[in-house]
Amino acid sequence: MRGNASIRFGAVIIVIMVIAAVAAPIFAPQDPYTQTLSEGLAPPGADHPFGQDKLGRDIASRVIYGARISLMVGFAAVLVSVLVGLIVGSIAGYAGGLWDEGIMRVTDVFLAFPGILLAIALMSVLEPRVGNVVLSLSAFGWVGYARLVRGQVLTMRERDFVSAAHASGAGPVRIIARHILVNILSPVIVEASFGMAGAIVAEAGLSFLGLGVQAPEPSWGAMLADGRNFLLVAPHLTLFPGIALALTVMSLNILGDGLRDWLDPAQKR
Amino acid sequence: MRRYLLRRIVLLIPVLWGVATLVFAVTNIIPGDPVDLMLGETARPAQREELRKALGLDRPLLVQYGSYLGGLLKGDLGTSIHNNRPVAKLLAERIPASAELTIAALAIALAIALPLGIVAARRAGSLVDMGASALAVLGASIPVFWLGPLLIIFFSIDLGWLPVSGRTGVLSLVLPAVTLGTALSAILMRLTRSSLLEVLPQDYLSTARAKGLTERKVLWLHALRNACLPLITILSLQLGALLSGAIITETVFAWPGVGRLTIQAISARDYPLVQGCVLFIAFVYVAGNLLADIAYAWLDPRVRYN
Repeated sequence: MRGNASIRFGAVIIVIMVIAAVAAPIFAPQDPYTQTLSEGLAPPGADHPFGQDKLGRDIASRVIYGARISLMVGFAAVLVSVLVGLIVGSIAGYAGGLWDEGIMRVTDVFLAFPGILLAIALMSVLEPRVGNVVLSLSAFGWVGYARLVRGQVLTMRERDFVSAAHASGAGPVRIIARHILVNILSPVIVEASFGMAGAIVAEAGLSFLGLGVQAPEPSWGAMLADGRNFLLVAPHLTLFPGIALALTVMSLNILGDGLRDWLDPAQKR
Repeated sequence: MRRYLLRRIVLLIPVLWGVATLVFAVTNIIPGDPVDLMLGETARPAQREELRKALGLDRPLLVQYGSYLGGLLKGDLGTSIHNNRPVAKLLAERIPASAELTIAALAIALAIALPLGIVAARRAGSLVDMGASALAVLGASIPVFWLGPLLIIFFSIDLGWLPVSGRTGVLSLVLPAVTLGTALSAILMRLTRSSLLEVLPQDYLSTARAKGLTERKVLWLHALRNACLPLITILSLQLGALLSGAIITETVFAWPGVGRLTIQAISARDYPLVQGCVLFIAFVYVAGNLLADIAYAWLDPRVRYN
């Protein structure tokens, strides 16, 4: 799949996911919290297309409600990361000098933590709430955007239209906001698409480790952690939340690939 | 080369100091009191005071920070609260298992990615190529904490071929290593394919063929050699995903490595141990990136003179 086809495929699946998440009460066949202990671990059947978990809750409904948490946390974490990255990266790139040097050395430190390690460390001391999960994902998420934006701003700063704006008396904030940022949004959007896939996996990973969203909230990662105890007797606990998670992540990755090819044909890999 | 090396190592010092400071800050912003968490609500004030003293928590934060940094310089990572043993010892016991898992995952990733990437590049646009690309997208999108359980259901429970969990010999390494290596293999395969596509039409390969080399030699010795540089870049970029993926993979398979120790330390609220584990993993990551840079400079002399 190239360019437009990838964008279409990824976008369609994501839109379906968003609709399912927003309208979860309509699509979910049952209440995701209602327990029927006598039917614990029941396999998929007519009433419960994805089966029931150990407390007899309907897995299909929990998967649908789980989309809310995944997409919300993923979107919020990327939004915060992008905003912080845009501000910090613009300052570093535009102000240059000591500001740039200082900010880049700070990003070096953050980049020394592999993957979600920093989020794991933060969640080990923070209360496991959705807001804290967003916070700890953004705590390392902003770094990549800051570096990306800095690099872009550095090249833009020397362009004629920026000098022109400067000569016509525009201040740095105005120049960055009105003239530079609009020109560097493409790579940021592409990165954000991959970033959201990463944030969703990270949220699910934290929840899987017991450091993220807590029971009884339906998070795909927590559902997979539950399922791990019943792999032998009830593999459906593991199957369905995983399909939803992998499908979401894959669609976002495909969307990102497509956006990259579309927005920046020169960088095609 | 020596000057380059020296410069890279000197530049690492502030980074490592920053990492140590950040880890100290994170584990000391705990809103609650670690002593309360360890002793529970029912402990007597005298007991609390005693533990506080033993842990050095009665000192001002700056003094604690100083002795923490001082300890690190001497290789002292503190003492585990949970079982009262040096953190460095506990880590050392777990390193072989983690190293084994990570290296096996890397080996599997390369063993799948290189041949598949070569075939896909040589027959670009064919069904094989599209199939491999689709597999790569899928492989890069499956989280380890789903792939792991799926492999367990299929290979351990249904087929009974491989152990479910634990570290009990070579067979028990297969599933965790495949789980951890899959995403990396997908990324490496895409990279191998695209870098070969760039190299394949170039003249020097025709020259190599013209002087009578076999197609295999042309590909593996001449073409792949030039694909090596981006491969090293991606490997060092992906090392982070590999190390943090190992934390979750080790948890899925009850693999007794540093990652599982980290999670166990977090559940036990053993903060010195958490601190030590996080520092260690970050250190390995930084060291890995340094190695990648060195390899890069060694393969491509232009880098050294910048």
